Amino acid sequence: MAVLTYLEAIADGIRHEMQRDPSVFMIGEDIGVYGGAFKLTKGFLDEFGPQRVIDAPISEAAIVGASIGAALNGMRPVAEMQFMDFVTNGFNQIVTVAGTTAYRWGIPVPMVVRGPSGGGVGANPFHSRNSENWFVHATGVKVVCPAFPDDAKGLMISAIRDQNPVVFYEHKGLYRKIKGEVPEGEHVVPFGTVRVVREGTDVSVIAYGSAVHMALEAAIELEKSIGLSVEVVDIRTLVPFDEEGVLRSVRKTGRVVVAHEASLTGGFGGEIVARISDKAFTFLDAPVKRVAAFDSPTPFAPTLEKAVLPNADKVAEAIREVAAF
Amino acid sequence: MKLTNDIRRQLLQNMLMAREFDNAMLRLYRQGKAFGGVYSQLGNEATSVGSAYALDTKRDVLFPMHRNIGSHFVFGQDVDTLMINHLARQGSQMRGTDGTGHYADPAKRIYGNVSHLGAMIPVAAGFSMADQLRGVTTVSMTYIGDGGSQVGEVHEALNFAAVRKLPLILIIENNQYAYSTPNSMEFACENLSDRAKGYGMAGETIDGTDVELVLKTCTEAVERARRGEGPTMVECVTMRMRGHAEHDDFSYVPKVLLEEWKRKDPVENYISKIVKAKIMSADEITTLREKTLSDMIAAIDRTLELPYPEAEEGFKNVFIED
Ligand SMILES: Cc1ncc(C[n+]2csc(CCOP(=O)(O)OP(=O)(O)O)c2C)c(N)n1
Ligand SMILES: [Mg+2]
Repeated sequence: MAVLTYLEAIADGIRHEMQRDPSVFMIGEDIGVYGGAFKLTKGFLDEFGPQRVIDAPISEAAIVGASIGAALNGMRPVAEMQFMDFVTNGFNQIVTVAGTTAYRWGIPVPMVVRGPSGGGVGANPFHSRNSENWFVHATGVKVVCPAFPDDAKGLMISAIRDQNPVVFYEHKGLYRKIKGEVPEGEHVVPFGTVRVVREGTDVSVIAYGSAVHMALEAAIELEKSIGLSVEVVDIRTLVPFDEEGVLRSVRKTGRVVVAHEASLTGGFGGEIVARISDKAFTFLDAPVKRVAAFDSPTPFAPTLEKAVLPNADKVAEAIREVAAF
Repeated sequence: MKLTNDIRRQLLQNMLMAREFDNAMLRLYRQGKAFGGVYSQLGNEATSVGSAYALDTKRDVLFPMHRNIGSHFVFGQDVDTLMINHLARQGSQMRGTDGTGHYADPAKRIYGNVSHLGAMIPVAAGFSMADQLRGVTTVSMTYIGDGGSQVGEVHEALNFAAVRKLPLILIIENNQYAYSTPNSMEFACENLSDRAKGYGMAGETIDGTDVELVLKTCTEAVERARRGEGPTMVECVTMRMRGHAEHDDFSYVPKVLLEEWKRKDPVENYISKIVKAKIMSADEITTLREKTLSDMIAAIDRTLELPYPEAEEGFKNVFIED
């Protein structure tokens, strides 16, 4: 197995599918000659040519809309949003057209919309957003938020093979920071299964994306400092959601923290907590706590951004509270 | 395409079907049997039929809008299927999840619209793009109104299609009104097709009540697309002869305007032309009209006997299961 960065693993997944299936193509802004704003598609143009690595005008609605049309006509487009923030401009296409097509027509729209999301890198309110939960509420759209290179590759392969529109959130802060062993060639991670990334018995942290790494850091720190055994569950896909996978951990520990980098109110954490309350109330020994960003745009200056976003310390603090209840 | 008398008869027949379908929907609305919006296409027959007729129904693809029932007929859609979809009865491809002309029929190469104006134009472009990537030319024809033309996605889609030289034809149906809003409050250019130059595509404005002119103009657009010369916009000037939908009394439309356009009725004028040229006799036309009407009534009767879809359909197919 090769050690790849999170970014390389995503590229590896897309490349694998493009080599395997001639109906897969990429479309986005500056993905060809330039190789993408984050160089994720570096080398793709040379390998696959301009018919399959399409540089589009700055027109997110056209990029997503044309992808939908191509998907209706037998292709499997992978559309890049240069930053996931700009998916707002393609929002109508995903929500109104792609997300309703299976229900209304029974016709597949096998399409991936992917791109870098998330904060903590000193960007600004328009290059930092975690908007995944918008699409959870859209209906008819699958939502994927990998945290590790191997999952990123395996989930990307699943996303491209899926018959439905998939919105694939890549956390830009993980792109080069997170490395890991990634199986070469075929590696499929199915949607809708949690990954227990650390076993524990005292408290469960349910998280996805960058918050999984915050949770892991907190867990290691708390084990060292106070001997607490923290289980970390990465849900990996928000739609479909592995409710039973989460409940299994809740029943085991009885104490739960839910963490995500997206802002608190209306975030996916609320949904997780509601399911736990409904299906595992009698297993709980403490109220479930959420750790999330403050309900604001993501600010620019490092001082503000650090204050507003969650981090390992904030997750650790919540775990302590839940453990001490 | 050489305009034969046979083609002329077909143009007329499709226009008559569109008109009778329209009349039927108005009756059903008044009887409380059609719900949701009933959008009359009265006055739009020549634009829908003439444009779609320029396509090859076996190779090309149609993305119609809410006043294009005539285009559906040109593409071989049967009245029963249309009625079942409009009245949301069992047997609809949409299973009751949606209605009107929003269905898709891939075998007939028809992909209906969503309500959001302009949203299907990039999709139509992408459909053609898929075939362009495979080295095949599939012309996509889609439609937009004088109001819907102002939606941002229209701009993105047209520019995208022009840059990639996609075989896309956009029919702009300028029927003077967007709901209650007149042209003067929708756009400031003289003709909507003036915009074509800005996109680097062909475009012209024509009389949308003249079916043969619409067919001729669109045939040129199809030929251009097949030569790999990219998209075309054709602005067809017509008049919306009824309200936005049947709930709307359209009292905001000056009566003189309606009277003026009534003289340009695309169906009646074409009938006169055909009779005058002795392509069909007045009797033959009467027979055709009666047959069209009785076929329509029979299809409606069959449809009204069908139940609504089972409620459980509402819980199915949010996703395609592999
Ligand atoms: C994006 C969007 N905004 C508003 C509406 C509501 N609406 C439906 S049809 C219509 C008027 C459309 O006018 P026009 O494009 O000229 O087409 P026409 O109905 O005249 O054929 C409006 C405002 C809509 N369907 N989509
Ligand atoms: Mg109009």
